[in-house]
Amino acid sequence: MEEERIVIAGFGGQGIMFLGKLLCHAGMLDGRHITYLPSYGVEVRGGTACCNVIISSEEIASPVITSPTTAIIMNTPSMIRYEPEIVKRGLLIVNSSIVDRHPKRKDIGVVMLPATTIADRMGNTRVANMVALGGFLSKSQIVKTETVLAAVGEVLPPYRQHLAELNRRAILEGKAAADAQGPDAIWSKITRGFGLG
Amino acid sequence: MAEKHLMCGNEALSEAAVAAGCRCYFGYPITPQNEVTAYMSRRMPEVGGQFVQSESELAAINMVFGAAVVGARAITTSSSPGISLMQEGISYIAANELPAVIVNVMRGGPGLGNIGPSQADYFQATRGGGHGDYRTIVLTPASVQEIVDHVILAFDLADRYRNPVLILIDGVLGQMVEPVEIAPPPAADLPAKDWALTGCKGRPPNKSRSLILGENELLEMNRRLQEKYRAIEAAEARHEAVDAADAEILLVAYGSPARTCRSVVRKYRERGYRIGLFRPVTAWPFPSAALAECAKGASAVLVVEMSAGQLVEDVRLTLGPAANVLLLGKPGGEVIQAGELEAEIDRIIGLHKMKRR
Repeated sequence: MEEERIVIAGFGGQGIMFLGKLLCHAGMLDGRHITYLPSYGVEVRGGTACCNVIISSEEIASPVITSPTTAIIMNTPSMIRYEPEIVKRGLLIVNSSIVDRHPKRKDIGVVMLPATTIADRMGNTRVANMVALGGFLSKSQIVKTETVLAAVGEVLPPYRQHLAELNRRAILEGKAAADAQGPDAIWSKITRGFGLG
Repeated sequence: MAEKHLMCGNEALSEAAVAAGCRCYFGYPITPQNEVTAYMSRRMPEVGGQFVQSESELAAINMVFGAAVVGARAITTSSSPGISLMQEGISYIAANELPAVIVNVMRGGPGLGNIGPSQADYFQATRGGGHGDYRTIVLTPASVQEIVDHVILAFDLADRYRNPVLILIDGVLGQMVEPVEIAPPPAADLPAKDWALTGCKGRPPNKSRSLILGENELLEMNRRLQEKYRAIEAAEARHEAVDAADAEILLVAYGSPARTCRSVVRKYRERGYRIGLFRPVTAWPFPSAALAECAKGASAVLVVEMSAGQLVEDVRLTLGPAANVLLLGKPGGEVIQAGELEAEIDRIIGLHKMKRR
């Protein structure tokens, strides 16, 4: 079985939900089973936003993730909350522009990606989520990068279509930055597997 | 739109209602079903339908009552506390024998509770809910696609039996996104709505009322209702059985916990244990005959529900006092994790010294 259980978390307004929906849409286009579950109800702008995305070669039981294979972390509170939950040999993508600490775990693959800095350099701080997504695509083969790029236009609402190209470029920038980073000391010890624990 | 779309359960049920020809939505916002109200406020005007954000749940259900009595397909949706407020109206709709579809995206209770996913409204749904001897047909989908299919089915069942149909969904199913196909259903062979109050020019007047004071008249009306309920029980009980035929341990669950059960069954089957799942697809009528058949060879029946022990009562009623019916119930708007379920199954395996095959 090939399966990624991805927790995506950060501040409200960082495009956490969009990142999740885009990954799901690409998973669906790639013929995978997918589920997406947002945290709901009591969220406020600037508060914590989180979503659970499962992409699998098989039918998915519960959309609720208790042991993520990957965490994409956009702020410090989310790092504190989700780092301990990642499975052994799992993957942690950190927006190091905003998260003020290094992960403690030595048994997971870590990509420290200055997503917000890269996004700012590209002229729009709001595509930091896409840079982080690129970091994920660099280390996981659960969806094809081409499929994600193709899905951008389908997931963006009509009034945001003019941002499609910028989002695609941000994904590629993030992927290139993460490609250049690995394998690092931690990563080299880790064989990335699917469907773990 | 026969292609696959990514939609959350709440959006999918809204679009399915449109596909089923429903042009009347009345509702009042409450988490975790707010996506329905939001979707319908945009969609109903697009298809020439009516969207009213009512002043309360009482108003919403009575607007459904009003739309139904003139023959329109109408739906309202809410979550647990709001559904409680609707019970008077549901009793009236049942008494007037009118078709209506009501969706409960259940949250943790009692009282205002929380917004977590729950199944604690099973008693309310399956025992009538309001006052008087009546029943609502209760559908319990377990995926976003099944939510769509059940909404379309619900409108047909409501029209066929002139009865309210309730769809029970928990917060997880309302919020989760899965790929769905929504196609306009083929026209069902349904009786004409010759009872509707459409203006009686050229025909004798119809009437719709539930205050029935004549001697024995209400008794007769109740007898007729009960005959209808027996007919529904005979024809409409639905279930799904997974690896149940030779199961030593039979899990019983509906809605999102049934998904967790399904994957745990697969895992234990791969390890060689004879375990199966029985999933009631209608909570009323409860699929008693099918459950009795599936549970014949089981030494333990484990009921898994996000409530403190409600579904388990129907299982015990079906299987009798001699059956070994156990409960893994979790109330309070919390999800049952696979780990908790596996721990309980391991305990049962140990207790009964069950062997791998």
